Amino acid sequence: MSTMEEKATREGMRTVDKAQYGLAAFLAIVGGYVVYDATTLSDGFADQPVQPYAFPYVVGGVLLVLAVMLAIATSRGDVPVAEEGEDVDLTQPSDWATVIKLALVFLANILLIDWLGWAITGALLFVGTAYVLGSRTIIRDVAVGVALSVGTWYGFYSGLGLAIPAGILDGVL
Amino acid sequence: MDSLDLLLGGFQQALTLENLFYAILGVFLGTAVGVLPGIGPAMTLALLLPITYSVGPDSALIMFAGIYYGGMYGGSTTSILLNTPGESSSVVTAIEGNKMAKKGRAAQALATAAIGSFVAGTIGTLLLVLFAPSVAGQVVKLGNPSNFALIVLAMFAVTAVLGTSRLRGFIALFLGLAIGLVGGQTGQARLTFGNPLLADGIDIVVVAVGIFAIGEALWVAAHLRRRPLDIIPVGQPWMSREDWGRSWKPWLRGTAYGFPFGALPAGGAEIPTFLSYVTERKLSKHPEEFGKGAIEGVAGPEAANNASAAGTLVPLLAIGLPTTATAAIMLLAIQSYGIETGPQLFDTEPDLVWALLASLFIGNTLLLLLNLPLAPLWAKLLQIPRPYLYAGILFFASLGAYSVSFQPFDLAILLVIGLLGLAMRRFGLPVLPLIIGVILGPKLEEQLTTSLQISSGDISTLWSEPVAVIVYAFIAVALVLIVVGGLRRPKPEAPVEEKEEVSA
Repeated sequence: MSTMEEKATREGMRTVDKAQYGLAAFLAIVGGYVVYDATTLSDGFADQPVQPYAFPYVVGGVLLVLAVMLAIATSRGDVPVAEEGEDVDLTQPSDWATVIKLALVFLANILLIDWLGWAITGALLFVGTAYVLGSRTIIRDVAVGVALSVGTWYGFYSGLGLAIPAGILDGVL
Repeated sequence: MDSLDLLLGGFQQALTLENLFYAILGVFLGTAVGVLPGIGPAMTLALLLPITYSVGPDSALIMFAGIYYGGMYGGSTTSILLNTPGESSSVVTAIEGNKMAKKGRAAQALATAAIGSFVAGTIGTLLLVLFAPSVAGQVVKLGNPSNFALIVLAMFAVTAVLGTSRLRGFIALFLGLAIGLVGGQTGQARLTFGNPLLADGIDIVVVAVGIFAIGEALWVAAHLRRRPLDIIPVGQPWMSREDWGRSWKPWLRGTAYGFPFGALPAGGAEIPTFLSYVTERKLSKHPEEFGKGAIEGVAGPEAANNASAAGTLVPLLAIGLPTTATAAIMLLAIQSYGIETGPQLFDTEPDLVWALLASLFIGNTLLLLLNLPLAPLWAKLLQIPRPYLYAGILFFASLGAYSVSFQPFDLAILLVIGLLGLAMRRFGLPVLPLIIGVILGPKLEEQLTTSLQISSGDISTLWSEPVAVIVYAFIAVALVLIVVGGLRRPKPEAPVEEKEEVSA
């Protein structure tokens, strides 16, 4: 977890934030797709004065313009002000490996939830993300995770009257 | 006088045993979640939305009122006891509050914040009760072209006037508008990628939870502080006679700044809290204490913050326009009951609105009774191990999104939106314009459609109403000022900076 090398990737040190070109490209793709999608729509009903494709054309078009403006601003040395917070330490380089691991744990939850049910995958989600974030008290993590997932399952069932799909534990819970 | 009768009726409804229970639960949960570091009022509301699904609308909104004020108060506790503020509205509170805490006066800082919040919240709610019905009465008479103009104004205001980078504000707004396009509202599937699960659009709860909770948790994970923060221990909050004497005027002045700014379409809490701080520093008999922990510097901004929160409920309830992230989620909560928000709300759902207003008073009072004795307990929450805190946020955010319709697909959307939220924080894109775009985009299209239906396609109907013309003129003037001003700071913040220079 300790990637403390002085790589000097701190924001503000350099004048061109190259990653921001990526954001501009993303905006261009989204804008382009919105415009493309609009071209596939047909005319609305006779009583529809605003065509279904009218808003998409505007939104997509403006996104394309914004993408160009952002690219120009970036090349002129415009750098973003990253968001701060209580637990955020911007003086350290970004730790994207942790983010990718968290996203993978999250993805596992999505893939397994229909089969295993929330009571199991919820606990896995908690234990997995806590581990990725640096917790090493596995037994306590599992206990807390199971308590949370089973607790919320019963809480939703008896407190809110919502039956969360139980997955393979159907009939056990 | 009419309002008073209705308000008393609201109290009758809010003070039933069941609803009182929900009010207490809301205040308790709101404070507890709001105190947790990294969780601001908007995320508190987003995370607790699912709890309200299966209780009746009146109980749910009463609970939400408690969560709203509780979350606000919890946030200020965090910024006083930790040395970094959680959200922009408590930046100013943290300046003096944390210095006070370091000098061993944490108890007094928390007390003046709690009592100041109570005073400001009560006066603010009173003003809300006085103004909102008459504003709604006027707005309800407006036609669709004026409503269209007001929505344009709200979008323009949160995007162009607030925030530091207008380019980034507009990027966020139009990304939000693009998300709002998804679905088949117009009779044809737009941006659904042929997926029937997207035919009804992306559930706005999933968007809110993804942007606020997942995005924030991932962003923090990428920059998690390796050194633990200093947490200042605190006992029972109390104030001496001198502290009271130094606090009550700042409370009232802060309220006077906060409420009008909150009620304005682009007011927010940042400007009034800052104005309040500057004013108190100027008027204080102890100017030498500023920067070292002056109680006036906590009392004023904290009152301004809460009064502005009450102020934002004026456009929310009277027009149906949210102007802050927290108000946007309140709107979602109301809409999740199939209740049409807008100026007609006072006519169509009088019981509900007045019960909500009454419970704001009740919630505010409960907050004071609950938080003064429980402050040491809340302070303990700050020591929660960070892996558990952020794992817990991911856990409850997933549960919230999953419980919308028990579709794993919603979780996939949640992850995608969460990654978008992460990117937004990395690239300094403001979150509020995106949420406003998602919520108001479909309404904008709807108002335009209805306007043109009534005028049978004649576009000049859009500027046929005086209110609409005034709004467009206002936007045009603001645009000219922005263009003329070039790279200078947005207009409403200019006097703030001048004042700062004068008193510095």
